[in-house]
Amino acid sequence: MTADLAQFAFSGLTVGAVYALVALGFTLIYNASGVINFAQGEFVMLGGMTTVFLGLFGLPLWLAAILAIAATVLVGLALWAFAIETARGASPVTLIIITIGASIFLRGATELVFDKQFHALPSISGDTPLRVLGAAVLPQTVWVLGGALGVVVVLWTFLSRTLSGKAVLATAADRVAAKLVGINTAAVVGFSFAVSAAIGALAGILITPITLTSYDVGTLLALKGFAAAMLGGIGSPIGAVVGGLLVGLIEAFGAGLISSAYKDAFAFLTILAVLFFLPAGLFGARTVERV
Amino acid sequence: MQRFLSPLILALVALGVWLLADSNFVLRIATLVFIFGVAAIGLNVLVGDAGQVSLGHAGFLGIGAYATAVGPAALGVHPLLAGAAGVVIAGALAFAVGRPVLRLKGHALAVATLGLGILIFMVLTNEAWLTGGPDGMRVARAEVFGVRLRGAALWFIISSVVLVLAALVAETLKASPTGRALRALHDSEVAAATAGIDVAAYKTVAFVVAAVYGAIAGVMLALFEGFVTPDVAGFLTSIELVTMVVLGGMGSVLGAVAGAAILTALPQLLTIFQEYEHMMLGLVMMVVMIALRRGIVPSLVALWPQRRGLKR
Repeated sequence: MTADLAQFAFSGLTVGAVYALVALGFTLIYNASGVINFAQGEFVMLGGMTTVFLGLFGLPLWLAAILAIAATVLVGLALWAFAIETARGASPVTLIIITIGASIFLRGATELVFDKQFHALPSISGDTPLRVLGAAVLPQTVWVLGGALGVVVVLWTFLSRTLSGKAVLATAADRVAAKLVGINTAAVVGFSFAVSAAIGALAGILITPITLTSYDVGTLLALKGFAAAMLGGIGSPIGAVVGGLLVGLIEAFGAGLISSAYKDAFAFLTILAVLFFLPAGLFGARTVERV
Repeated sequence: MQRFLSPLILALVALGVWLLADSNFVLRIATLVFIFGVAAIGLNVLVGDAGQVSLGHAGFLGIGAYATAVGPAALGVHPLLAGAAGVVIAGALAFAVGRPVLRLKGHALAVATLGLGILIFMVLTNEAWLTGGPDGMRVARAEVFGVRLRGAALWFIISSVVLVLAALVAETLKASPTGRALRALHDSEVAAATAGIDVAAYKTVAFVVAAVYGAIAGVMLALFEGFVTPDVAGFLTSIELVTMVVLGGMGSVLGAVAGAAILTALPQLLTIFQEYEHMMLGLVMMVVMIALRRGIVPSLVALWPQRRGLKR
């Protein structure tokens, strides 16, 4: 039983780490611009798919991965420059529809440029499972967890220790005030799209050896990431990470102990219960609405 | 008399399509547009008037559609009676879920409806003994006074009549104190509450209205197609419904139908682009929303100078 529970915990943390990175992408863009970017899942898909296809040209994995992240960042910047920046000042729902349009477009472009098949990537450190508490843990799981931790540490250091990071935080706190003290808030939004794309692509590359990838994996990831961000409290980076890991764990234990057919339901039921008691999410700001 | 304008325009459009349609194919597409138009008009009360986003609205279409299919198959009830029960269930469910959730602010309803929609989709997919699972199930043909409800022409007429009635009810609601309360809380919940509006109660009304419209559309869809699959309740259908409302124009009854027409008919047109179909759909959504950010109908109405004084 302990082995089973440990197994559920590790698989939950692995998918949870990916949800956490997607939720972090949502949070960065939401904080900078107030936009909920439903193309966030497509960044993950693009990272995985591009690496797979660059690998087919004989590029080593690390080079393919770097190029794939760079390509995804370009896509993120293009989405910001051509769609979000041109539609500046439109209502939030309009912006949401634009990002949904972008996600359909990216999915269509991927199935055209690449294909509609499922693809795998080789694991970075082989496929011999490690034994932890009786559970079989793939070495790739360590890479996923380590990668997620690395992203969180780098992001946290950047936001709290550098001037540009503080500009991002200031924009998140109050866009107008940030503009008044001379922060280029449009650039901050563009930057947040680039970073979100990079984080998404990295998550996609790390998880592909375990879960495979195809042109349409982004939708479900975006849903879970959005739910995770809401669970943690939208706008809170810590909340996004905790929310993502929790959603992953709830899913893994729900599927393992209760019913695998309804695994997607457990996470959403928990989120509803949490929102019922903590409307702002676990780590959301307790604000008073001003008129 | 403003509230009779959009039902009248819709009736004239339906008449025009009827006169110009040269094949059953055109009538079938138009019927689908009208059925989704009903769902979009309902969702527009929630999204456009009350300013709340639902990401699982297809769940209510699923309830209507599957009630119509399962009722006769499992209980031997008349399809229309089963459909009516489905509409009541959808409304009751929306009330039960909406009442606690709509006390919350912001995107809470978006997550709640997202979860609800996924839950409904999973029940329809997993409980194969009742619903036929992912493959879907046949719907018994309804018979009313000895007339079998089938054929493109008959369903075109039925869907046009329901669409015009749906538009009339929605416009009446908009012009009523409830409609004004919804627009007030859309602008500012705090201000609306200060003015004595029970914000949560009115948002729940909008949510129930949208659910009932969705379920009615689901019932019609099941009877018209004669077959249902869980896809009717899927996340993509939910996204399409929200897109119809926003693309056509939030708060505009005609806009909702225009959005339904574009999202239903466009994929048919785009099949000529073959493998470029999805790319084109995404591109059209982005370009329309960037160029006409208030939605197609309100943006075009604003371009028409004489009407500027009348609107708002």
